[in-house]
Amino acid sequence: MAEPLGALGIILVLLVVGGAVFADLIASADPNKIAPRDRFLSPSIDHLMGTDQLGRDLFSRVLHGGRIALSVALFATAASLAVGIVLGLIAGYGPRWLDNLMILVFDALKSFPTVMLALALVTLFGPSLTAVVVVVVLVNVPGYARIIRTQTLALKSAEFVTAAQSMGAGAGRILRVHVLPNVIGPLLILASMDIPVVIAIEAGMSFLGLGVRPPTPSWGAILNDGFTAIRDTPWIAVAGGLPIILTTLGFTFLGETLRDVFDPRLKGRG
Amino acid sequence: MLHYTLSRLGLAVLIVSVAMLILFSMIYLIPGDPAAVALGPRATAAMREALRVKMGLDQPVWVQFWNFFINAWQGDLGNEVLSDRPVSKVVLEQLPYTLALIAGGMVWSVALGIPLGCWAAVKRGSLADRLVGVLSVAVIAVPSFVVAIYALLIFAVSLRWLPAIGAGEPGDLGDQLVHLILPSIAVGLGWVGYIARMVRASMLEVLEAQHIRTARAFGLPDNQITYQYALTIAILPTITLLGVGIGQMLSSAVFAEIVFARPGVGKLVYDAILTRNYPLVTGAVLVTTVLFVLINLIADLIVGALDPRVRSSL
Amino acid sequence: MTVLSIHNLNVTFSTEGGDLHALKDVSFEVPERRIVGIVGESGCGKSTLINAILGLLADNGRVSGGEMMFQGRDLSRLSPREMTALRGPQIATVFQDPMGALNPVISVGRQMTNIQYRSGLSNAEKAERAVAMLRRVRIPDPEAALARFPHQFSGGMKQRIAIAMALMMEPALLIADEPTTALDATLEVATIELLQELQAQIGCSVLFISHHLGVIAELCEDVVVMYAGEVVERGTTRQVFNSPRHPYTERLLDCDPARQSSRTRQLPTIPGEIPDLRARPPGCIFAPRCHRRAPVCDTPPPDEAVQDGHKARCHMVTP
Repeated sequence: MAEPLGALGIILVLLVVGGAVFADLIASADPNKIAPRDRFLSPSIDHLMGTDQLGRDLFSRVLHGGRIALSVALFATAASLAVGIVLGLIAGYGPRWLDNLMILVFDALKSFPTVMLALALVTLFGPSLTAVVVVVVLVNVPGYARIIRTQTLALKSAEFVTAAQSMGAGAGRILRVHVLPNVIGPLLILASMDIPVVIAIEAGMSFLGLGVRPPTPSWGAILNDGFTAIRDTPWIAVAGGLPIILTTLGFTFLGETLRDVFDPRLKGRG
Repeated sequence: MLHYTLSRLGLAVLIVSVAMLILFSMIYLIPGDPAAVALGPRATAAMREALRVKMGLDQPVWVQFWNFFINAWQGDLGNEVLSDRPVSKVVLEQLPYTLALIAGGMVWSVALGIPLGCWAAVKRGSLADRLVGVLSVAVIAVPSFVVAIYALLIFAVSLRWLPAIGAGEPGDLGDQLVHLILPSIAVGLGWVGYIARMVRASMLEVLEAQHIRTARAFGLPDNQITYQYALTIAILPTITLLGVGIGQMLSSAVFAEIVFARPGVGKLVYDAILTRNYPLVTGAVLVTTVLFVLINLIADLIVGALDPRVRSSL
Repeated sequence: MTVLSIHNLNVTFSTEGGDLHALKDVSFEVPERRIVGIVGESGCGKSTLINAILGLLADNGRVSGGEMMFQGRDLSRLSPREMTALRGPQIATVFQDPMGALNPVISVGRQMTNIQYRSGLSNAEKAERAVAMLRRVRIPDPEAALARFPHQFSGGMKQRIAIAMALMMEPALLIADEPTTALDATLEVATIELLQELQAQIGCSVLFISHHLGVIAELCEDVVVMYAGEVVERGTTRQVFNSPRHPYTERLLDCDPARQSSRTRQLPTIPGEIPDLRARPPGCIFAPRCHRRAPVCDTPPPDEAVQDGHKARCHMVTP
């Protein structure tokens, strides 16, 4: 992939992150302030993206929605990584039967279509950010755990690990010193490439009304508001969809470039 | 071949069983008493107790799971709460709509993705190749529900070219196909990118092979080398990918059905969640999961049948 | 009458580290109905030479000088379309690796009829011709063999099928690129005898590439010795093998396992390595490894004629 694409990715990501961090400075309007007299205003100088059915300023909601999207993405990815690493180490380092069992469970988890899994989980947790995070973890963990497991299995028999073992190093130390440093690079690249997927999951679940609870601004929720009113006030849907498109594109372009530069071995995954 | 088929089948059965266990655990963990949820707030304690016995909730966990497991394998997924009809029947009624949608998405993404990937591989390094690469990444990245909403906005609401809602008049195939266009664009767009990338990568690998050099040395026309000699091999990993793809399309189909108000399993589950019709939710999720595992199995078997090396060695 | 006459052929690849001069002033001839051997270590430019003749150089490679006259036409000046028309019917090739040379997912019969697409024959005639050719290379039950796939044949059979495919169109020139290297010794002998027999029947010329000196000596009438993309010595097999004049040829013959007591099939290498072809020395290319090196070797060596048809690119040739 050409470098200009990576540059475009960085610009988009910076735009989204900047917008989220400085949301209060850029958009003076309160994202949750209901103004019945300002309902369904089309885009103007006062309201750059117009207003929604409750008269809330969409530009402000979009910027604040970036906070939700990014923080959920970061938190859920970190949680998936943590769980994936632990489970992968257990599968790779533990007894054979446990390894086989875990692989089977991973395969079974992956055989649920993502959205179906999300829908089923919502029955358990109710519509909430918790549900979003759990879905992300369940979707991501099998992939991460497999990488860790493979690497652990490969290293388990490697000479320097055997030597460390014979010198009395505990399993925890071997994992920390020998296994993790070897896989953390590719794993982080994979995780960064999964960020747009996580953002899409959050937005998708919020779009279905199964994620973030109103009135918290979320891109998916804005998109749903827009969908409901799509015939008369299309700008609401545009306002909800645009940040999702730009963010997923930005992170994907950036991730692809990072992978090509740092770890060409991963090329062609997916 | 028989051994290959049987081992794949065995693995599929095992995976579905584990999926059932996971689903059962979820139902079991749902907070609150399912009988109370099903009967609503005005039910008496006696009514709840009667339903608990009827639903087998008074049994130990493992008995409950065993009953669920055995019934599920026999196609009995329980009855849905609202109309007390069998879940399996309700789900199977909606399934054809979803399958039609997935088939629509699959057909056009394959029809576009394979030639694009081939073209990019043959013109490796050219502007066309890079363009296909960037576009592939882009369409993979954008979530299908955003595509669905924007397609609805542009082609149905603004341009009014295509119908916005429903699946078309029953019995009118033309009308049904017209109603299929927008949802299948939403479902298939990302897969154009996936398929193009996959075909490009595996074409590049195959084009390096010695037998392609032989074919060139025999002066075969470039088109025949590309499409008959290389693509027939390069297509094999793509078929496996398509198996996985159908699972992801099931996900996109949920959104497409909701956005375009189409009947289908996705819409069914979504409505079931809103009405707390849990047996319907788990039943539909289980059916789609079985479907997904089955499709992957079929993809594996097709690859086995198409590749003469696999066909005779196993 | 010569079938192929190569004169001062130069091939250059553009690489990241600069231009790579892969073939430098290569000249030799393949007379009608004769078998010419090309011998040299790996990396001597044999594969580049074949690709240049076939017009199949990689995208970054080009013929940067000289000519390749085939039946009165310069191959380097033909359009890709004209080259495609020559490959197969006029210039056929058998490659080294019989395992990978045939397409794994297309039946042998289909592959054999496909390559006759320019013949204008009916499908039945094409199949008939394929069967006849498979019979000539002694594939058992050739009719049934048409429906089978390459992996269903042994390595030796696959190589015979490749030979059948190459000779089916009765080409004027057969290029055989180490066709026996991947086979074991008994199969090697059988394959060489088969090639010899078919060559005599069809009356084509053969360019036989090998690093196996014994095979060259037995099969070829003329021999071309290549080193680092240059022809260092050429002549009849008798001339070159009996009285080698280039120091490289001498060392090559000294290293030949057939002349040694130990039984290795791998050619023992001469001390030193082939120089970096991106920076060719101005003088003799073999000088850094040469045991007869003299100060004059820092200037370009001439193609010294030893005898009629026997030439060596060396300053130290004394007639």
